[in-house]
Amino acid sequence: MSAEPILELKNVHSGYGSIKALKNVSLKIYPGEVVAIIGANGAGKSTTLMTICGIVPIEKGDVLYNGMSVKNIAPEKLPPLGLCQVPEGRRIFPRLTIEENLILGAFYRNDKAEIQRDIEHVYSLFPVLGERVRQQGGTLSGGEQQMLAIGRALMTKPKVLLLDEPSLGLAPIIIRQIFDIIADINKNQGTTILLVEQNANLALQAATRGYVLETGEITLEDKADSLLHNPEIRKAYLGE
Amino acid sequence: MDRTLRLTYKKCEKIYMDSFIQQLINGITLGGIYALIALGYTMVYGVIQLINFAHGEFFAAGGYVGVICLSFFTGLGYMETHPVFCLTASFILAMGYCAYLAVGVEKIAYKPLRKEARLAVLLSALGVSIFLSNGLMLTQGVYDKAYPSELFQGGFHFGNVTIGYLQILIVSLTAILLVALNLLVFKTKIGMAMRATAQDKTMSALVAIGSNRIISLTFAIGAGLAAAAGIMVGLYYGSVRYDMGFVPGIKAFSAAVLGGIGNITGAMLGGLIIGMVEIFGAGYISGEYKDVFAFIILIAVLYFKPTGIMGENIDDTRV
Repeated sequence: MSAEPILELKNVHSGYGSIKALKNVSLKIYPGEVVAIIGANGAGKSTTLMTICGIVPIEKGDVLYNGMSVKNIAPEKLPPLGLCQVPEGRRIFPRLTIEENLILGAFYRNDKAEIQRDIEHVYSLFPVLGERVRQQGGTLSGGEQQMLAIGRALMTKPKVLLLDEPSLGLAPIIIRQIFDIIADINKNQGTTILLVEQNANLALQAATRGYVLETGEITLEDKADSLLHNPEIRKAYLGE
Repeated sequence: MDRTLRLTYKKCEKIYMDSFIQQLINGITLGGIYALIALGYTMVYGVIQLINFAHGEFFAAGGYVGVICLSFFTGLGYMETHPVFCLTASFILAMGYCAYLAVGVEKIAYKPLRKEARLAVLLSALGVSIFLSNGLMLTQGVYDKAYPSELFQGGFHFGNVTIGYLQILIVSLTAILLVALNLLVFKTKIGMAMRATAQDKTMSALVAIGSNRIISLTFAIGAGLAAAAGIMVGLYYGSVRYDMGFVPGIKAFSAAVLGGIGNITGAMLGGLIIGMVEIFGAGYISGEYKDVFAFIILIAVLYFKPTGIMGENIDDTRV
């Protein structure tokens, strides 16, 4: 773990118009880490990711990526820098095919041969996608859509991957599969991962560190293990 | 006696059939032109959910750039010696001019209102329409401007059926443009990006697709096609007028709604249907009501099937 964070939020306030969703949020994510943000519904987890990606405007504070402020960079300029998000609800382009969804992940890239190689790589990670490349995204099951969403994000060649509720609405066996792939992406490709989850148990098992977000504020930060064994957390988020 | 009757009947049937085929040819010609204009409405709606009421003005502007170019070439005598070059150059100049005009209109009149209520942009579009139409009137005059179209007189005759050279030109050019558009939208990466932007702008931004660029491109393509249609109408009817954009614009809008607004294949189909219905209606019912048929269809579609022939379910777009 290097000393400089690859992604840092400094006292960020943001929100939708008059609704202040984030209050003074500070996060540090170091290269190669898997960091989880846990919290209840409406705590501001998704807003945190959308703020990092420039979709929700920052009112105060700053977001640093590789030490550079990305506050005033247009959202579509971020994936080429290596910052990519798999948003809540996957948001597959429903009337594009599996293959087209993946090609668009590589929209900013011009290296045709390598794009083709990366598409094959996604199919090797998720064979179920490779079997039906011409099928429309909207007709896939939730699990398949999640796989496609992760595959599409991988096509942007992310250095930092933001994942919003990858387990939402999926069967336990599929969740296992998705989280194995996430761990694999982190280990074998060295991709830093920021994971947002309502399922705290799952998230903290996958992560090295964790933050707890409550009504737009960070209330706790610790090693994932310690959070898993923290009685307060167990009571509030792990149903004990 | 019986024999003569039968012969007369046969002759009538032949004339009837010929007239039907003639109407069909005319209908395809007009329908193709409506399809070209309708595409601009449907593509812009697909990407920013705006009915661009100024779209008909791009069609008119195209017709005017066409007449200016063709008159210029005719004056130089090039029309006689290099007709293909003159036509190609006129089409390219008209389509290019209108593409730039549309991109400018979007940047000035629509983009600043993108976050406002939809009604604001709609009113802005109406304002742009009046502005452009009056601009054309002030710079080009209120009277009809004649197209130098002596070159395209005549055609092939099959009995009573005539296929004009001009009709062949219009239909083939329309076909080329429609095929090219289909290839662009459904086979290229930028076409994929256009469809993705129409489906989910936020997600498009998250995979590095800048919506501003795509929106500009959409306006440019739509206006370019309308400009081509403008020259075709100028050649076909022999003249253009500053307010020529209004009625065909609304008819093409009806075509886009009929096909399912936002759907490209639907707009092509809708254009053809509206063109056919207009020609056949004028031929078999009454020429006086020529302009009414398109609007009867518009009202019927909005009443019975507002999503049009190929329109998607609203739910579908939210997956």
